[in-house]
Amino acid sequence: MDDKYYLEFEKPIIEIDKKIQQMKDLALSGDTELESEIRNLEKKRNRLQSDVYSRLSRWQRVQLARHPMRPYSFDLVPLVFDDFMELHGDRYFADDKAMVGGFATLDGHPVVFVGQQKGRDVKQRQYRNFGMSHPEGYRKALRLFKLAEKFNRPIIIFVDTPGAYPGIGAEERGQAEAIARNILEMSVIEVPIIVTIIGEGASGGALGIGIGDVVMMLENSWYSVISPEGCSAILWKQVDDPKQAEANRIQAAEALKPIPDDLMRLGIIDEIVPEPAGGAHRDYAAAAAILKNILLEKLNILSQKDKQTLLADRLRKYRTLGVVKEL
Amino acid sequence: MVEWFKRSQKSIAGDEKRNIPDGVWTKCPSCAEILTVMSLEKHVWVCAKCDYHFRIPATSYIRLIIDEGSFDEFDINLVSGDPLNFKDSKKYPERIAAARKKTGRNDAVITGLGSIDGLHVSFSVMDFNFIGGSMGSVVGEKIARAIERSLDRGIPLVIVSCSGGARMMEGILSLMQMAKTSALLALLNKKRIPYISVLTNPTTAGVMASYASLGDIIIAEPKALLGFAGPRVIAQTIGGELPPGFQSSEFFMEHGFLDAIVSRPELKESIARLLRYMLPTESDRQFPL
Ligand SMILES: [Zn+2]
Repeated sequence: MDDKYYLEFEKPIIEIDKKIQQMKDLALSGDTELESEIRNLEKKRNRLQSDVYSRLSRWQRVQLARHPMRPYSFDLVPLVFDDFMELHGDRYFADDKAMVGGFATLDGHPVVFVGQQKGRDVKQRQYRNFGMSHPEGYRKALRLFKLAEKFNRPIIIFVDTPGAYPGIGAEERGQAEAIARNILEMSVIEVPIIVTIIGEGASGGALGIGIGDVVMMLENSWYSVISPEGCSAILWKQVDDPKQAEANRIQAAEALKPIPDDLMRLGIIDEIVPEPAGGAHRDYAAAAAILKNILLEKLNILSQKDKQTLLADRLRKYRTLGVVKEL
Repeated sequence: MVEWFKRSQKSIAGDEKRNIPDGVWTKCPSCAEILTVMSLEKHVWVCAKCDYHFRIPATSYIRLIIDEGSFDEFDINLVSGDPLNFKDSKKYPERIAAARKKTGRNDAVITGLGSIDGLHVSFSVMDFNFIGGSMGSVVGEKIARAIERSLDRGIPLVIVSCSGGARMMEGILSLMQMAKTSALLALLNKKRIPYISVLTNPTTAGVMASYASLGDIIIAEPKALLGFAGPRVIAQTIGGELPPGFQSSEFFMEHGFLDAIVSRPELKESIARLLRYMLPTESDRQFPL
């Protein structure tokens, strides 16, 4: 893999990885000296990695969530589900390519999957509109939620968006209404909903498919009311000096508290889904296996609730969010 | 109730003083007509020539829409915490303190019970002067309680929105206020209680993408800025100019997201009429569905 696919703080680790690989290629079986050297190098690498990752800033976590090799919805779907059949269209206007979904089977259980989808290369990124849905995306999602409700299928959602698309067509077709409608409807959909933020959870664009009985975040994901860049642009306007701009983004990320630990502390999410060492992009299969296990565990708990309890618990959870004081 | 009402009457006077342009004359920012403050006040701050709606204080909407002397304000003492310990150039509590001093209010919405042409309603009106009418935990909680008052009493809900969106300084918690308020509106739907959403200039982002867009009926004042994304963000994204009239009330009306555009002087009558069409009537008993 090319260096440009790695973040600055990953590079020293990747360097050792390359060295280990070179030595492994050289090593003939039985070369004990080289083998022990490899083992030492691996130890060094693991120490370095846990050291680097234990001290990541919030801004660095945001960068991991946007890592060019980060697994997207369709990378995880075949690894998490036994099978998947994609469904298309909102039945009003179009088929939004940034919002995907369909029928799936989770360890033998039929479910409905909905998620946001980003593209990897230039062409795919454009095709997926960078994971930014138009109103038809939210309406397509709602159509699939209703389908799930009608046939009594739990809903599994992967959130991964830099935001709902801010454009002329999006406004003409009611981006705000589409998101608002989804939030309202998802509050009372009569099947279990499990939401996982797998990468980026930007504001209303994320919340528009983000209401659930269980809301979880992958270890290296972010979820907030605005992106650190957006926050920085509002607070400090346009800054020409790139160093200062970067410093502002770092400060904005710290101020916004958008990483899983923050949201756990604030009582917004129910679970942090661990990622393999170095991040989900280092091992899709391992990341998916961990996620699948936790999804099954949560689904098992939610399936034992009757509908009334499920809805009452969901409502109570959202009703109580917020920090206010009475003077 | 009487005690605080006296107080709020006083702050109404205070608000207006700050919002009246200096001098007896003022120029309409839309058509440049020179207007007297006295004539503007008579026309609830609507330009007689071009129908431009000057922004008026939240309290003025109470006087405009709610029957005189019938308004009881609730949750007046609810104030924001600082869950994120948010700091930019100023600490969030300092911003709150400054906004409280400026507006004489504790946050960006006034909620209460009152009547409109004799019909009891749960009424809320947002205050743009308080950090751009932004929605944090207090706005979300007060709107939630306003919806619950509708639910408990079986009376209609009317919300006059005026907001730039969610309050950044409360991060994810302000985003969750969209969820909190919208979830309760789902219950209002189930109980078939009418909700009229009134949009004023501006209503955008987090408020527009939650309760403001979820009325059974949605009406807007003329030429208000409405939308999900801010016009500057959209212009930046598309890398070009925005068409004239983009994201105005008229634009939203044209695209099917408003029931009506209603001039300020007609707001009260329109809301009362709409409510009467939706509320149970004598004929419901004669011809039950
Ligand atoms: Zn004018």
